[in-house]
Amino acid sequence: MHSGPAGQKKAKPIVTESDIGEEVLEADSSAIEVKSLTKAFGKQLALREVDLQVKRGAFLTLFGPNGAGKTTLIKVLATLLRPTTGIVRICGLDLSEYSIDIRREIGLVSHQPLLYDDLTAYENLQFWGRMYDVQHLAERIHNLVAMVGLSSRLHDRVRTFSRGMQQRISIVRALIHNPSVILLDEPETGLDRYASSMLKEILQSLNAEGRTVVMTTHNLETGLEMGNEVAILAGGRVVYQEPKRLLSLANLQEAYHRYTGATV
Amino acid sequence: MRLPLRKALVIAWKDILSESRTRDILSSVGVFALLIIVIFNFAFEPGSDNVELVAPGVLWATITFAGVLGLGRSFVFEKEKGCLEGLLLCPVDRDVVYLGKMLGSLAFMLAVEIIVVPIFLILFDLPLFLPQLALITLLATVGFVSVGTLFSALAVNTRARDVMLPILFFPIVAPVIIAAMKASGLALERESWSAMSSWLQIMGVFDAIFIVISALVFEFVVEE
Repeated sequence: MHSGPAGQKKAKPIVTESDIGEEVLEADSSAIEVKSLTKAFGKQLALREVDLQVKRGAFLTLFGPNGAGKTTLIKVLATLLRPTTGIVRICGLDLSEYSIDIRREIGLVSHQPLLYDDLTAYENLQFWGRMYDVQHLAERIHNLVAMVGLSSRLHDRVRTFSRGMQQRISIVRALIHNPSVILLDEPETGLDRYASSMLKEILQSLNAEGRTVVMTTHNLETGLEMGNEVAILAGGRVVYQEPKRLLSLANLQEAYHRYTGATV
Repeated sequence: MRLPLRKALVIAWKDILSESRTRDILSSVGVFALLIIVIFNFAFEPGSDNVELVAPGVLWATITFAGVLGLGRSFVFEKEKGCLEGLLLCPVDRDVVYLGKMLGSLAFMLAVEIIVVPIFLILFDLPLFLPQLALITLLATVGFVSVGTLFSALAVNTRARDVMLPILFFPIVAPVIIAAMKASGLALERESWSAMSSWLQIMGVFDAIFIVISALVFEFVVEE
């Protein structure tokens, strides 16, 4: 059982030559490794014995109906919730011991933008960048904001942004510290077609750069198109995980219906 | 500057910058405090014999009630857009987040007191230059804000947060407020520093205990 991810002060492990063994190599190939993860809220089990492995550079799309445990799983991976039991490793680091180091490796985009309305986009990004000790921060902010096409609005207050623009700045916030793993919890919620298509392009280019992406969504078509691996979560369990190359949309819809009982 | 303190100051600066745009906390707390003082001012005739007896109570009742208003808002705007999650995602210990939020609230409270206390002294016809009162106010505010920040984080996750905060908070912070009231009474009577030293020590000890315990407990309050 984990004693809790927060407040741990152990230093990140330094791999020496003598450490290079099977375990290190295994950790090296997996960006995310979850074994027998259970998360309970009181007597309610949100996650039950979840096993999941995501290779470095993979784009995993996680499907599931409401209440399946998608958000809980993302929050555990993001170190926001403590596992009740089980093992979680991100980039080879155990969540129970190296939560602070893990936070440097992950970027989270959730339903909410995690931005302060009364600060400008630049001030928001500057704040988050300082919290992560980002070097050459101003330059990085300008480059990332240009990537999401919002340079002209950089010094406007976030309050004046549309939902789609806020989500684009939210992606920049998640990338400000150059994380190797990006977690997205239904990032397309509330976005129009144009914003969704831009989000898709951004995520695919991030994945092409070698970053590992885990995204939850209800949209089977978009999710299958974007990811190179899919998984279905139902009743707090990962009930299905397949590489995209083995799947068609019809196969996925059939599997989704079979495991969740929901029609698409 | 040590890294955790620098991060805490970054959080506090963000709160101050955000507040400077909206003035939500400063204006509501400041106006509320001034209204209470004016009402008490009509209740107790300035310059009369009983003023020095009631003045410390009036001052600290005002600061306490107005302060709760401000503290209640401290985590509300973090929660509204999920920014609290953002803070918890940062690669720092939870106590750094606590310290940053506490320093931000301390700045707001002191800013309100810098306006309210002199107005209180003028309205109650009391001497304006009282260095003892300045130190008492600082010590009491540190204690008040250190516990208040913790309970504000706790209350923000409850349905009846506006009611929960004072109910949880007042019994815990009472020793500091009582000590501040007693010490202020002595300061207004122009007693020496040594006469009020025991009250100042009580406040100092409570401040230290409150900050350490609140920083330790904060992690459990915000995580689930």
